[in-house]
Amino acid sequence: MAISLTKLDPNFKFQVASTPGGENITRCFACGTCSAGCPVREIDERYNPRKIIHMVLLGMKDEVLKSDFIWLCTSCYTCSERCPQDVGITDLMTALKNIAVQEGYVHPSYIEQIKALSSFDGLYEIADFDNKKREKFGLPKIQRKGEVLKEIMDRTGISRLAGGEK
Amino acid sequence: MKYALFLGCTVPVRGMNYEIAARKVAERIGLHLVDVDEFTCCGFPVKAVDVETSFLMAARNLALAENRGLDICTLCSACTSTLTEVNKVLKEDEELREIINEKLGNIRYNGNIEVKHFSRILYEDLGICELKNFIVEPLEGFRFAPHYGCHYLKPSEVYEEFDNPEAPVSLDELIMVTGAESVDYTTLKNCCGGGILGIDENVALKMSAKKLMELKDKGIDGLISICPFCSIMYEGNQKKIEKMENAEIGIPVFYYPQILGLALGIPPDELGFKLNRVKPKAFLEKLGA
Repeated sequence: MAISLTKLDPNFKFQVASTPGGENITRCFACGTCSAGCPVREIDERYNPRKIIHMVLLGMKDEVLKSDFIWLCTSCYTCSERCPQDVGITDLMTALKNIAVQEGYVHPSYIEQIKALSSFDGLYEIADFDNKKREKFGLPKIQRKGEVLKEIMDRTGISRLAGGEK
Repeated sequence: MKYALFLGCTVPVRGMNYEIAARKVAERIGLHLVDVDEFTCCGFPVKAVDVETSFLMAARNLALAENRGLDICTLCSACTSTLTEVNKVLKEDEELREIINEKLGNIRYNGNIEVKHFSRILYEDLGICELKNFIVEPLEGFRFAPHYGCHYLKPSEVYEEFDNPEAPVSLDELIMVTGAESVDYTTLKNCCGGGILGIDENVALKMSAKKLMELKDKGIDGLISICPFCSIMYEGNQKKIEKMENAEIGIPVFYYPQILGLALGIPPDELGFKLNRVKPKAFLEKLGA
């Protein structure tokens, strides 16, 4: 992948640094401890935290935000625990995903999760069937109305991602 | 010991055996768990989309417990890390707390509660020595492999260093107090991959496979999980992993309170083993149940 200088956005790293979780990105001295210990990288070369950080520092905004690989972080925090510069890489990846969403790139699996949270106040519906099963095992019934989180997500504007209000 | 029980999304639907066993164990050891009907999802799933939204969801749950004068006991490690992190940030950053409270509107959080995972409560509040006094049916001759998972101990700065994520011991000690052996293994600290199951199933399953493929030849009686999502990966998806790896694995995956419950003398049929997906037939036979 050749880097096109005219497409670089020198302000991208500052945008990341002003997003919660991305504050310490410019501390990175590219030692690669993050990539060496990353359990996702071990399986799939597409995900490489050191490379992603370097791409951000170079200003490769479109390539970073449009890519699949930012969504591949499992947020296991192995890199964050070991980073000698306290870059806070897991939170940095969260910041990149948050910026990608603001710029219109959201992974479809999150749209499904937002829809579920709007309807059930949780990731799964607790249907009559489930409550009957719970009762059989002596567990208390759970009734979630599915109104609370929708209201919160309407207020912060993320309901719009699932075709809701705002 | 009195806590509000925070079940989260997955446990009450897909991890009922965890909930059944945790409630039984709690009763035995004098841990009073209070149900709070108004709890919702912790906020973890939306963190990737919008951190502020996840803060609002978490803060609302914290406030519900605070209004009842209760600390929170969690079962899911993702809930644990989200609620613990938001709790720490909101306790330390008064300005942010005010902003979040203003956005919450009808409820406010003042930063007065603690959040602890069920296993951490056993380890810290009760303690291994005290827990030992409750053991009546030691699981001698059994060998279990602990799976700590990621969010039970990380990010470490939010957990007051109650255990070391690079060389953890708490779950090993909790296994050993039951009388069983805790087996050490190379992929002990591996992530289950659950966080990206919805993003790339193949990568996620390959991550889980690493641990299961190592453990299949270790002669263990089971893998011990303390998080519903880790169990979905290692247990719920074990058949898929067997197919992918073209190997027979057949490792039962138990929730820690299930094996602790046995050691406390609770009958196996009261600990939800029927709901385990990898059927623990051989284990229950060995137990003499």
